[in-house]
Amino acid sequence: MSNELHDLLGKGWKKQPFIKRTWLRWTIYAGFVAYLIAAFSTIEVNWSRVYEGLDRGAAFVMAFTRPDFVSRAGDIWTGMAESIVMTVAASVVGIAISIPIGLGAARNIAPLPVYLICRGIVAISRALQEIIVAILLVAIFGFGPLAGFLTLSFATIGFLSKLLAEDIESMDRVQAEAIRASGARWMQWINYGVQPQVMPRLIGLSMYRLDINFRESAILGLVGAGGIGATLNTAFDRYEYDTAAAILILIIVIVMALEYLSGIIRARVQ
Amino acid sequence: MPVLEKDDTQIWRRRTRGQALTHWAGWLIGTAIFVYCWQQISGATTWFFVWDAPRIAGDIWTRATPPRWEYIAQLGRPIWDTLNIATLGTLMALVMAVPVAFLAARNTTPSRLFIRPIALLIIVSTRSINSLIWALLLIAIIGPGVFAGVIAIAIRSIGFCAKLLYEAIEEIDHTQVEAITATGASRWQVMAYGIVPQILPAFAGISVFRWDINIRESTVLGLVGAGGIGLQLQSSLNVLAWPQVSLILLVILAFVVVSEWVSAKVRGAII
Repeated sequence: MSNELHDLLGKGWKKQPFIKRTWLRWTIYAGFVAYLIAAFSTIEVNWSRVYEGLDRGAAFVMAFTRPDFVSRAGDIWTGMAESIVMTVAASVVGIAISIPIGLGAARNIAPLPVYLICRGIVAISRALQEIIVAILLVAIFGFGPLAGFLTLSFATIGFLSKLLAEDIESMDRVQAEAIRASGARWMQWINYGVQPQVMPRLIGLSMYRLDINFRESAILGLVGAGGIGATLNTAFDRYEYDTAAAILILIIVIVMALEYLSGIIRARVQ
Repeated sequence: MPVLEKDDTQIWRRRTRGQALTHWAGWLIGTAIFVYCWQQISGATTWFFVWDAPRIAGDIWTRATPPRWEYIAQLGRPIWDTLNIATLGTLMALVMAVPVAFLAARNTTPSRLFIRPIALLIIVSTRSINSLIWALLLIAIIGPGVFAGVIAIAIRSIGFCAKLLYEAIEEIDHTQVEAITATGASRWQVMAYGIVPQILPAFAGISVFRWDINIRESTVLGLVGAGGIGLQLQSSLNVLAWPQVSLILLVILAFVVVSEWVSAKVRGAII
């Protein structure tokens, strides 16, 4: 029946494949399957160990229902305060440094040598991971929040300068030219021609980066760079899951609050 | 228009007096908070170490150069493990993120009152906790190794992928869905022919983007014992083998740059 219909109508409709070239599609599929087989064959999973651990996993999940904020309240409080202090200070310094670098990394307002230097700084800062930078800075500056503060500032520069530069590059030239035509000096030109165009996005990105910095500050303590991470690590090491759950809940709540706040601020400036 | 009266002439101002005052008050409070934070940091710092830092940095630099090139022979397996942690972790995350995203999107969720908040909670909680913390936790539960790393990356990525995906689902063109519904398609058929084709490019983009991020994150998971090249980094740091550390850092840099290049290429091909 359907064959007769096919003869009458020609070919039936078929769903379009996502990758159009047949050979490419099959090569990708085959390569992917081969990779999966290779990957799975090299992963060693100690299933009996996993099975033993399931009890502890359940204990941890249960700990979320009765988090213990009290017995280590002092440690949690100092750690949290240090994390927040690091986040705020590093965000302020990072944003302050990334504005000139962002200006320099925008091709339409910076001369080529400045552009190359600033892009180089951005590339270095983006390629190095926070935790690796933190390890090196702890080795150099010693334990404590200063290393964490420097790490977060350094990471902020790469993130914010790049996005700011991209925003400046895609700005409307006409407005900036109008300011320049009125005989403005360079600083005035930036201040009245460029800044109003990128300000809403800069504020939005800064809030987003504040949020990221707080999340990152939670792990810097693992390598001795200050913040709540050290307390959390100790809690895990001592199998105090209820304290760990309390810390994680605090982190989640603060991140949620920051996201909510940045949502409000972004809605207001845009 | 805010103006300033001076000798009977009007001068243009950017802000009125009230605006200017609130502006300055904002700056004052902001500066005060920053100064307070800086004092806290400064109080917790041993400044002697900081003044000594240039010498220490120079010292580490002389120890770390030149990198111990022959050590690279031992890094093949850790790099392969790192790649596996990132790739398998991303795959597992995507498998879990898709249902969560459909449950979280306003236009596909079965119940806005009960299921959507739960899906959003999953997204927020997995996203706000760093993969290193997940790894720490999983090592306590299932023991150290690559497997813990894969799961840590997977859990951490669910929130990220699901968030971007559910935003894509909410932005779909509704007329196409309606057209499929009008042909008498079932709920699942509407999903397969009306919604999925619209979000597939976004999905592919998100996967590659997250994979790139996961490569970066998986390079350091070993620091807490979750496998990959971070393990070598940690053990080299522990024995202060700086020439090995510098080589590992170079390898990680190269690896990250290559993964970024691959992801940029693939995303370019999709879009």
